[in-house]
Amino acid sequence: MQVPGQFEYQRATSVEHAIGLLDRLGDTARLVAGGHSLLPMMKLRLANFDYLIDINDLHADLGYITAEPQQIRIGAMTRHRELLESTSLKEHFPIFADAERVIADPTVRNRGTLGGSLCQADPSEDLSAVCTTLDASCVIQGSAGTRVVSMEDFHRGPYETAVGEAEMLIEVRFPLRPGGSSAYEKVERRAGDWAVVSAGAALWLRNGVISDARVGLAAVGPNTAGIPEISALLRGQEPSEELFEQAGDIAARSCEPATDTRGAEGYKRHLAKELTRRTLRKAVDRIGERAQA
Amino acid sequence: MTTIENDQKPVGHGRMLRKEDPRFVRGRGRYCDDVQLNGMLHLAILRSPVAHARIVSIDTTAAEAMPKVKAVVTGAALAEQGLAWMPTLSNDVQAVLATDKVRFQGQEVAFVVAEDRYAARDALELIDVEYDILEPVVDVRTALAPDAPVIRTDLEGKTNNHCFDWETGDQKATEDVFKRADVVVTEDIVYPRVHPAPMETCGAVADYDRIDGKLTLWSTTQAPHAHRTLYALVAGLPEHKIRVISPDIGGGFGNKVPIYPGYVCAIVASIVTGKPVKWMEDRSENLISTGFARDYIMRGEIAATREGKILAIRTNVLADHGAFNGTAAPVKYPAGFFGVFTGSYDLEAAYCSMTAVYTNKAPGGVAYACSFRITEAVYLVERIVDCLAYDLGMDPVELRLKNLLKPEQFPYTSKTGWVYDSGDYEPTLREAMRIAGYEELRREQALKRERGELMGIGVSFFTEAVGAGPRKDMDILGLGMADGCELRVHPTGKAVVRLSVQTQGQGHETTFAQIVAEEIGIPPADIDVVHGDTDNTPFGLGTYGSRSTPVSGAAAALVARKVRDKARIIASGMLEVSVADLDWVKGAFQVKGDPGKSVTIQDIAMRAHGAGDLPEGLEGGLEAQICYNPSNLTYPHGAYICVVDIDPGTAVVKVRRFVAVDDCGTRINPMIIEGQVHGGLTDGVGMALMEMIGFDEDGNCLGGSLMDYLIPTALEVPDWETGFTVTPSPHHPIGAKGVGESATVGSPPAVVNAVVDALKPFGIRHADMPLTPSRVWETMQGNHTPPI
Ligand SMILES: Cc1cc2nc3c(=O)[nH]c(=O)nc-3n(C[C@H](O)[C@H](O)[C@H](O)COP(=O)(O)OP(=O)(O)OC[C@H]3O[C@@H](n4cnc5c(N)ncnc54)[C@H](O)[C@@H]3O)c2cc1C
Repeated sequence: MQVPGQFEYQRATSVEHAIGLLDRLGDTARLVAGGHSLLPMMKLRLANFDYLIDINDLHADLGYITAEPQQIRIGAMTRHRELLESTSLKEHFPIFADAERVIADPTVRNRGTLGGSLCQADPSEDLSAVCTTLDASCVIQGSAGTRVVSMEDFHRGPYETAVGEAEMLIEVRFPLRPGGSSAYEKVERRAGDWAVVSAGAALWLRNGVISDARVGLAAVGPNTAGIPEISALLRGQEPSEELFEQAGDIAARSCEPATDTRGAEGYKRHLAKELTRRTLRKAVDRIGERAQA
Repeated sequence: MTTIENDQKPVGHGRMLRKEDPRFVRGRGRYCDDVQLNGMLHLAILRSPVAHARIVSIDTTAAEAMPKVKAVVTGAALAEQGLAWMPTLSNDVQAVLATDKVRFQGQEVAFVVAEDRYAARDALELIDVEYDILEPVVDVRTALAPDAPVIRTDLEGKTNNHCFDWETGDQKATEDVFKRADVVVTEDIVYPRVHPAPMETCGAVADYDRIDGKLTLWSTTQAPHAHRTLYALVAGLPEHKIRVISPDIGGGFGNKVPIYPGYVCAIVASIVTGKPVKWMEDRSENLISTGFARDYIMRGEIAATREGKILAIRTNVLADHGAFNGTAAPVKYPAGFFGVFTGSYDLEAAYCSMTAVYTNKAPGGVAYACSFRITEAVYLVERIVDCLAYDLGMDPVELRLKNLLKPEQFPYTSKTGWVYDSGDYEPTLREAMRIAGYEELRREQALKRERGELMGIGVSFFTEAVGAGPRKDMDILGLGMADGCELRVHPTGKAVVRLSVQTQGQGHETTFAQIVAEEIGIPPADIDVVHGDTDNTPFGLGTYGSRSTPVSGAAAALVARKVRDKARIIASGMLEVSVADLDWVKGAFQVKGDPGKSVTIQDIAMRAHGAGDLPEGLEGGLEAQICYNPSNLTYPHGAYICVVDIDPGTAVVKVRRFVAVDDCGTRINPMIIEGQVHGGLTDGVGMALMEMIGFDEDGNCLGGSLMDYLIPTALEVPDWETGFTVTPSPHHPIGAKGVGESATVGSPPAVVNAVVDALKPFGIRHADMPLTPSRVWETMQGNHTPPI
């Protein structure tokens, strides 16, 4: 059994309470959501905090998936499992179920949260790639009120986010646009392992022409990255294998993977291309399937 | 379907549920960490963060001042008691706590004893060690370079990192055969460093009683008796004042054969504090510091005729032994049983030369489900035979069928001097081919290749050598590898059998009850199996190297026969006939020609303990004890076929099917055998596809958690398809051979051969484990690099 250093523990009863505690305790305190990233780090003693503020009681307020005409709003405490099982997400963003099926294992998915995943800001984090792909924005609350930042601005580098001291992420918003679909693909060395590389794609068609498309990659650079150049290439074109091949080439050259125990740099670039192609293809197929149904 | 089958309750051999499982499935197993004693203290070990450094100073004052801390002990303090170094199982020495230098990342430097586990762990952070960093030796290939830093400066006069040289076979004869062979194939084959990674990590609870001077040690050991003797020899404690208890063990796989510094620290701590002391290592400590396995860099060479008759095999091995030679193997076998690298084939000559070196890595070289290095040997021969098939353009099955030993050649003396007891190989391979539908698979593969799909079929055929071993040849630090067994039948006909071996999940409490049941006809449910406690069992060397059934199983059968012989005499008195006039029908003696006149073993047991006369000269009671010294090893064999599909776009390998046909001689409990095989096959898929303890150039271990050291899950393995043939061992009393490691030994080459076969369109003849997607992809690009 690996044991963490000593810490004090308190359960927050509301978002305001949690923020108040953060305000008072400063950077010696951390929020704990599902705990599946934070607690292993503490047990390995890679991180030590004097105070843990448990926000699991806030699941009642922050655990939701709400579909509105223009957007879907997901509370920060929504668990992996809830994302996996949501019918509303399945309908609008099949990329979620694709990704969730390959994130960790049921034990982790029962506890881990959307907010924890984004705030951990691990470069291999799958949900960050999903949110990047879907052009999400993050709602951050502090004692002065809330502010909204885009995914591009949310991640500041490995393990760094736009969430300031005495702030917390409370919600993630996903714009809804008609005529699109999405997909996610991950290569892992073993079930439940972090990605060697993964890719998400979302694509919208109007009259057989791509009106917009986005690709997000994980595990190939300091942060999960969206690739504007691919969107620019695809917009206004008809979907085709050649086009997706070009998109894949852009993905392979715009990422910055490093050789490590999960794989060699060259292989990761190859995967960036291969998975970009596969997810774009699948997103288009799904639009077609929906039209037929 | 299986439930009905499994519910059978045979009196003797046969399928039955495991007697030990009710407590495990109900969470009532009692492991080392479950031991709670009054006033027990907790021990935590400070480990070196670097691979190679001189210890300049250690300051323990802050740690000692911490509340709840009872003691902080360094190597210097142990040295004063002469306890800083201890012998390894291979006649080397290993530091209990580092005194002069640290020699691998994770090496034990100091320990803290405190009132609870948290305090002990927290105090480690307050110990201030100043290290003078030295250049580490990480790559075994450069360990013998003239300018390589010397790791073992503790050994007098040591000027390099050479550990030992070893050779076997006939160099000259082999060279001659190679010279005249039509075809010679050479391939460099690496078996990377892997870890046994048992679910339960290692640990101990030491309880030294100052009044009667007795030490009770609960520890995660596969060999309680051998450990007790070694503690007596090393620590100078009288052997009768040491009791080693090996409670339920959560997997061993060889990891729990050696004595680790932590056990010794716990003993020292209990003696110093006068309190019971518990030490349980955490997962990272287990992975980075305890006995690893394999780590052989092998050059394989095979010579053959153009028609595919294999003539000779030659190999040169560079063995990485880490910082101390902690190999667990019989002392006369520094490379374990690697000498069986000649495999299952009829050769004219064979030769192996090996150089073992020290590196700045954890020590070990344990019998990780490998029957003392047979895993490496089988991997080498089965890989190089496939390379030959590739060069000859022959089907790998056809090549093997052409060269397998014939039944009339047994007992067969191999070109390296091993006497294979029995075998009938071809039917086993044919059975595997039948189950797999081999021809059909090849047809499917041909069609898929035309479409650019990557499908591979891998075959391996192995011969194991298990059941160490004859005491004239085999000992561990002077202790002969024989095993004792004691059987007592109680007055009411229930029995207790006491074993010197120790189960870690193999199901001994069932198998050994069945062995005894088969011989004396008492139902297994009525036979209690006692093991893992030196005060309550006869002496013996323990469970590893698949030796329990070949050695201790023989002891159990023979002790039961001894009891049966006595029972026969008692029966003759009861039935008033001569012993020659009695027939044994399992569970009872019957008067020849008069089945109505008989007495059961239960009747006899009561008579043996009861009132009334016994035949002249016979003592009361119904019990016996023996010590069994095997006359030879047993040689199980098997044929495995693996089918893989590789995604050409991502290089991800999927094991689609795996057929395993095992021949372990007489089958005692087929369900337990299948369980052993399933586990071993899973292990094999893990090693072939994902497992490896790697290091960076500074000697940092890259496999220090189960997020980094991957072991397979149910999702990576197919539904196993098992089969069997039965070739009993001629010298084992019931004809049984070991099976615990067969699948771990035989499966890695089958998986690798399948992957390489799938990559044939790329002109690939060999690729090294672990075949992660990245490595497979690089191989497809012609960019294969061996693992470090
Ligand atoms: C064995 C295992 C395998 C895994 N595999 C994968 C995988 O394949 N792919 C993948 O993407 N992930 C994987 N994960 C990570 C998993 O998804 C985690 O649950 C997730 O990354 C973190 O979510 P959490 O709720 O547990 O966060 P926690 O661990 O509780 O917190 C993580 C960090 O976020 C902060 N935080 C949490 N909530 C908020 C908030 N609302 N506002 C501000 N800060 C907050 C915390 O203070 C902490 O710093 C794995 C984890 C494990 C243990």
